[in-house]
Amino acid sequence: MLNGLVAPLDRANVDTDAVIPKQFLKSIKRTGYGENMFDAWRYLDIGQPGMDNSKRPLNPDFVLNQPRYKGAEILLARKNFGCGSSREHAPWALQQYGFKCVIAPSFGDIFFINSFKNGFLPVVLAESEVDSLFYDCALPGFRLVVDLDRQTVSTTDGSKSYKFEVDPSSRHLLLNGLDEIGVTLRHADEIRAFEARRQAQFPWLFR
Amino acid sequence: MSRTLYDKLWESHVVREEADGTALLYIDRHLVHEVTSPQAFEGLKLAGRKPWRIGSVVATADHNTPTTGWERGLAGIEDPIARLQVDTLTANIKEYGAKVYFPFLDKRQGIVHVIGPEQGATLPGMTVVCGDSHTSTHGAFGCLAHGIGTSEVEHVLATQTLVTKKMKNMRVTVEGTLGRGVTAKDVALAVIGRIGTAGGTGSAVEFAGSAVRSLTMEGRMTLCNMAIEAGARAGMVAVDDTTIQYLKGRTFSPSGPEWDQAVATWKVLTSDPDAKFDREVKLDAHDIAPQITWGTSPEMVVAVQDHVPDPDKEKDPTKREGMERALIYMGLKPRTPMQDIFLDKVFIGSCTNSRIEDLRAAAAVAKGRKVAPNIKVAMVVPGSGLVKAQAEKEGLDKVFRDSGFEWREPGCSMCLAMNADRIEPGERCASTSNRNFEGRQGAGGRTHLVSPAMAAAAAIAGHFVDVRSWR
Ligand code: SF4
Repeated sequence: MLNGLVAPLDRANVDTDAVIPKQFLKSIKRTGYGENMFDAWRYLDIGQPGMDNSKRPLNPDFVLNQPRYKGAEILLARKNFGCGSSREHAPWALQQYGFKCVIAPSFGDIFFINSFKNGFLPVVLAESEVDSLFYDCALPGFRLVVDLDRQTVSTTDGSKSYKFEVDPSSRHLLLNGLDEIGVTLRHADEIRAFEARRQAQFPWLFR
Repeated sequence: MSRTLYDKLWESHVVREEADGTALLYIDRHLVHEVTSPQAFEGLKLAGRKPWRIGSVVATADHNTPTTGWERGLAGIEDPIARLQVDTLTANIKEYGAKVYFPFLDKRQGIVHVIGPEQGATLPGMTVVCGDSHTSTHGAFGCLAHGIGTSEVEHVLATQTLVTKKMKNMRVTVEGTLGRGVTAKDVALAVIGRIGTAGGTGSAVEFAGSAVRSLTMEGRMTLCNMAIEAGARAGMVAVDDTTIQYLKGRTFSPSGPEWDQAVATWKVLTSDPDAKFDREVKLDAHDIAPQITWGTSPEMVVAVQDHVPDPDKEKDPTKREGMERALIYMGLKPRTPMQDIFLDKVFIGSCTNSRIEDLRAAAAVAKGRKVAPNIKVAMVVPGSGLVKAQAEKEGLDKVFRDSGFEWREPGCSMCLAMNADRIEPGERCASTSNRNFEGRQGAGGRTHLVSPAMAAAAAIAGHFVDVRSWR
């Protein structure tokens, strides 16, 4: 269960290039992306890897730079969030910045999957529900409670509560942080048998 | 039961399926590049695991590699961080192996989505994955091909399978004959303009109809490449003679008696005539004009004879704000005729439009003409070393050079500007690539997506022109 401060990002079709620009993809590590999340919107200068981000000029007009959203753990977004590039650096950056969950009416397919693989929860709510949350978000200190067990997003006073869907295997992954490869390898014999059949049938695929 | 092409591809690769529909899908071909693989190999190493079937891996370095200075060897990669990433791929392939690796400077190196098909490493009936969203390109061959994230790259390396769920079936049918100067790129953009960048979300899209069947494999690849810009992870085209002819004699295509055997299994890779799709979209080829994007999302697109749209006419407030923001970013005024837009740079390349047919189309327009003086740089970046060699054999490099285009070494280049090729803040570029997102081709850069012929014509005129009136 997560009870977190909500930050609104009121634009549709936010692509993963915007979440984490290409120059930061040169890293061979899994960490260090949080400070460059939304880099082009967040800072006034052009970011490069290796810069001291604490010394860079912040864009005062970018919503996440407003002091009231400091420490936000839930990102409220518009439709088709995370479209575009398959870069897993996008959920890494959001997570490393401090977000634990993003709520939107729809997501880019690859981003949606990548998020689960990292224990970062993308929540799909109806467009009208997201609209009403954007409205509520005008209230300073607006928080939401995201309950993965019950699959609900609720206001802290319980006045609003919306249901969301998560398929059982993704939910399991989030709750238990499983090693998915390890789980798959329990079926190694089945994979091997399938592979042998396939190779007999289509030998040219295995040359 | 009648099945779609996607149903057939899906069913033939399911190793096991859980009650909730989550399946283990067997992966035939795994394409690997330097940007999305290092963390996957590291994960493998940390867990003490080995790749399941290294023979499925085809690897290349393409995203970060420079398009000039190849004579300097590895030192030509001036950016030390990029260099480390390219070196890391080489080290990982050295340690774990691959069916084939086309490293930086190799004659066959190139954009991963150009070299796979070119080598015959992408074959009908395969599942093809790559840590890159434009993997949808390979669906042109009647395979199930889609992009995956880095965690999935690691999962495929370790298990040869993907944990995934079946997508919905969607069909985009384009009937009729495309007009002169109208290309697969224009079809792709027109489709995205119609259904939006989320129109294909959750679906595997099959492109069908007489206009699609009459496309060459290059054209079909362009179309499937852009499926992801319509939100669909996978795009595909049924196998026909065009597919089979293209594959004959390629390095990794089957040969001898196996060729006939393979062809027999490929011919059934079509949707059954009465197969049901969850969603159908139909376009008439006659209605499609050369397309130009005006905004910061591929769905922000109009025909060449049109104007920059007016946000005041948009009723949906989120959409209107998006349009207004895009116009500010793009430095455009509503109602400006598209052909009055002047450019600073022109980029012909990327996995969308860097194949030989694309270069021929651009060269045909450029031949005997000069790039306009207001164009600071017009560059042509072939998709692979083999495309480059073929183009040079045909003298296309000379046509481009004589016209004032730069003729570069292969790679992703200015499509995503991870290397030194980019547009500077405020500069405007006609680009044959696939994404006009803010900052995609360089921070503050303004991208207009077009076909190769339209890009070449824009380079010559200095502003957009209608290639249909080009003599
Ligand atoms: S050419 Fe562009 S879109 Fe294609 S793989 Fe390279 S960076 Fe991605």
